[in-house]
Amino acid sequence: MGSVKFLTGLVAAAGLALATFSGAMAGDTSRPDVSFGKTISQSDLAAWDIDISTSDGAGLPPGKGSVAEGKKLFAELCEACHGEGAKGGPQFGKMFGGFESMKTSKRKLNPGSMYPYAPILFDYTRRAMPMDAPQTLTNDQVYALTAYIYNLNGLVADNAVVDAKALKAIKMPNRDAFIVDDRPDASAVRCMRDCKPL
Amino acid sequence: MSQKTPSKSEYFRQIRDALSGPTREEAHALSKQKPYKNEARLKSDVAEIGQSSRRNFLTAAAAAAGGVLAAGTVGVKKAKAEKLEIPEWSKSMGRPIEPRVYGMPSRYEKHVTRNRTDVLVNKQNFSDWSMTPLQHQEGIITPNGLIYERHHAGIADIDPDKHRLVVHGMVKRPMVYTMDGITRYPSISKFYFMECSGNGLTDWLKAKSTTVQQTHGLLSCSQWTGIPVSWLLDEAGVDSKAKWVLFEGADGSAHARSIPIDMAMGDAMLVYGAGGEMLRPENGYPLRLFIPGWEGNVCVKWLRRIKVSDKPWHLRSETARYTDPMPDGKWRQFSMTMECKSVITKPSGGMQLNGPGLYEIQGFAWSGNGTITAVDVTTDGGKTWRTADLEEPVLDRCLTRFRYRWNWDGGPARIASRAVDNTGYVQPTIEDLTKPRLIAGFVQHHNGIFPWNVSQKGEVVNGLG
Repeated sequence: MGSVKFLTGLVAAAGLALATFSGAMAGDTSRPDVSFGKTISQSDLAAWDIDISTSDGAGLPPGKGSVAEGKKLFAELCEACHGEGAKGGPQFGKMFGGFESMKTSKRKLNPGSMYPYAPILFDYTRRAMPMDAPQTLTNDQVYALTAYIYNLNGLVADNAVVDAKALKAIKMPNRDAFIVDDRPDASAVRCMRDCKPL
Repeated sequence: MSQKTPSKSEYFRQIRDALSGPTREEAHALSKQKPYKNEARLKSDVAEIGQSSRRNFLTAAAAAAGGVLAAGTVGVKKAKAEKLEIPEWSKSMGRPIEPRVYGMPSRYEKHVTRNRTDVLVNKQNFSDWSMTPLQHQEGIITPNGLIYERHHAGIADIDPDKHRLVVHGMVKRPMVYTMDGITRYPSISKFYFMECSGNGLTDWLKAKSTTVQQTHGLLSCSQWTGIPVSWLLDEAGVDSKAKWVLFEGADGSAHARSIPIDMAMGDAMLVYGAGGEMLRPENGYPLRLFIPGWEGNVCVKWLRRIKVSDKPWHLRSETARYTDPMPDGKWRQFSMTMECKSVITKPSGGMQLNGPGLYEIQGFAWSGNGTITAVDVTTDGGKTWRTADLEEPVLDRCLTRFRYRWNWDGGPARIASRAVDNTGYVQPTIEDLTKPRLIAGFVQHHNGIFPWNVSQKGEVVNGLG
């Protein structure tokens, strides 16, 4: 990004490529026939390839973890913010229950009540948790924490060991709660006089 | 992660320090605190608006009262000005030019700051937000230091020489780019607004915020510079079966969103510049996604990865968050467009009108679906509306300023604005919005008409509820 490098880049670009579109109109946004990137192999980008396609579980890695292991890990890594037993802590709220709140106007947004697909919790924990050291957990640790939180939500048994297959098999209570954006949904009229007061 | 496990109370303390958050007791006290009951806050924010306003707004009103309005309308009698003296700054040399410096605003403008919310106070300030002081914004461009913030794990500190952007998934050739590579392409620059889907979150059915910064400040506008996302997708060679594209950040939250392929191949930009310079760290330095007219959350900051697929990912930020509560336990998902909206910024909450007379009502209008074609203003609580003037330039998916000259008669007034865009969409009232949507304790995509109440004393307050 240094100016020297940038200028060398410009000179090189001028020599190689700019000549071909030096006559282009201002505002031309067609793709120039150049590439300033490099190809990369799947194995070389694997460390960053952390997303899970949560509706079918594609991308879930090998590994497994138990509810008991998850409980222990949670106490070590998560409790400081989320509270003992995920009941809510100094920083964040309760992480289970809330199913019954979905049809009320005070909805409780927990993994169990809000995730339509169980792998969402694995994806989120692996990419963003714990907040002070994200992307440092092993896949086994992420499976264990996922097992523990879903156990608190009553979705897996106390003695469960969760892996990719087990995670994909969990049927989330609100699987069918999501509708695709159907706006515009409000029909306002541009009234100018004798209108209904605000 | 750790060699030696600290005691629980010690660990709590460390976490608290690391998060710079308040103690649990402090957080609870904060969350209960009513905005602007606290004298210190009053001084640092509302009263300062008064100061600033006195220069820019109230003096203008007084001048108008003395000058223009002398011609017969409601007016104040012509006051005699003080005798002019030569001020100190005219009788001395000013500050010398420094060899190298990044210039800062006048020391008299220190009250113009981006502020955290004072209504929904988070107990930590890493996954949190701060708001743009719209009441102080002149023109349509938000200064870079005042563009609103929403982070999910704090502000990443990225070395641009080490930053990489990967394009992979359903493509012929997975590619990786350096910042040198990305900035070497021909660039495009576009003026667009950016708004958080949660703008207005705290003020839905009840008045909770005092200032327009707190009611509407998750809104900013800039000139964004970069390249079309489609150029890099085309280079990688997108599979014909591709339908969705994931964009992921390099920050500690690895924030990610699924974007339909048509938008990724359309107006979506890879942005490295804003407002005439490289992005600020809090705005995604050195690279972010920018999707004009869509909620800020999809404009993934610190962008490191683009992955192509045939289906959306349904991540936490697309299910448990950034979805809209609808009746019967339903949630509206992938509702990214920010619909047509407007708000009056002057006079607005916390300001004080200085007697009857001429006031120019000013504000912003914007639409994620196109250009603003009209803004109407009411001063009688919505019974009568008059068309305001739009100030050039009026641009696609950009903030548009409107102005309306109002002779305040000194009585109680209720003022609001209503915008119309070039799709014919009319900004709805909150009542219009509550018909199809659920009245929940929180709300996303709140683009309802927002009123301010003006008292006989000239005090301007949040007029909701």
